[in-house]
Amino acid sequence: MELKIKAQAGSFESSDVLIMVEPLDTGAGRQIELQSIVMKQFGEELLTQIHNELDQWEVNDVRIIVNDKGALSPTISARLETALKRSAGLQTGTLI
Amino acid sequence: MLYIPGNNPAMLQQGGVYGADGILLDLEDAVALNQKDAARILVSHMLKHIDYDTCEVTVRVNHIDTPFGEEDLHAIVPLQPHALRIPKVETTEELQRILDIVHKIEEAHGLPHDQMKLHVMIETALGVENVYKLARFSPRIDAISIGGQDLAADMQLVKANDGIGIDYARKQIVMAAKSCKIDVFDTVYVDVDDEDGLRVEAEYIKKLGFTGKAIINPRQIEIVNDVFTPTEKEIRKAAKIYKAFERNKAEGIGVFAVDGKMVDAPVVQRAIRVLEMADVDLSTL
Repeated sequence: MELKIKAQAGSFESSDVLIMVEPLDTGAGRQIELQSIVMKQFGEELLTQIHNELDQWEVNDVRIIVNDKGALSPTISARLETALKRSAGLQTGTLI
Repeated sequence: MLYIPGNNPAMLQQGGVYGADGILLDLEDAVALNQKDAARILVSHMLKHIDYDTCEVTVRVNHIDTPFGEEDLHAIVPLQPHALRIPKVETTEELQRILDIVHKIEEAHGLPHDQMKLHVMIETALGVENVYKLARFSPRIDAISIGGQDLAADMQLVKANDGIGIDYARKQIVMAAKSCKIDVFDTVYVDVDDEDGLRVEAEYIKKLGFTGKAIINPRQIEIVNDVFTPTEKEIRKAAKIYKAFERNKAEGIGVFAVDGKMVDAPVVQRAIRVLEMADVDLSTL
């Protein structure tokens, strides 16, 4: 998937996650900034999930800011997918 | 049926624990225009991964004449929830267009065409006038529901909360549903703090023949369930009638008396309906 613009999805509500994506130049790699209210318990798992899903979407050169308020895996997947598709111009929605 | 906004993860993931018979995951009126994509994707993931147990899951999509409707169908139909609720239906031509799209999506995914049901939502005066034709349009339609707020707006009613303005519509919709032997659900009661008012309305619409009611807050579930669940007295009476029916049937007698009152086929049918609503296994009687 080719990202084109900054985009975000989700919210700061409990059980949700706010994910912002920003395309970077080719070769810049993945820069993931993660904050979570359950960082100690699930931080590593959350990071693994994000990397796995970026692999599935074939996204490599990107900055991602994740602010998690206790979201379950399906919510994280959904918000990441939404943010990526908005960034790629494949969906309409809230943009920064 | 508990309405759950399709862009609210906390409510979506907990939808099955509140005790409602069914939940409606809403992509339409409960979702802001600039979040339709987010809700569609979130509901899709929830349908794939959350176990709602015995709760029937319905998804309300956007109308196909909006920029979102067809995308909703493409995302949700392959996931085959129990039912798809189609809002603001007015004509059989619309229903045909929707069914054609649903059919094509199911073909593409190798899915059967009779598993996922359709609920038709009547929310305009034209929809009310056409409801008989709509209710019988397809065997996939297993419920009609009334959207009272939108209907009141379409009718330009000044005061809608007392239900007077939509009373004719309620009765027409019930009759159309009954003529097709399908379920019929009443509209939401918007004042979540007025529990007495909700009970009064639920009792009224039950008498009209509605088989369920939409609710917008988990606090309303107990009241609606209480109204629609038969009482112990009603269940005992129904069981007595049913047992007498079985005894008399064996002897070839079609009309008999129970507690001094005549019982014929319609009375037996009503008794069976009460027992079904109370989840009584007839074979145990």
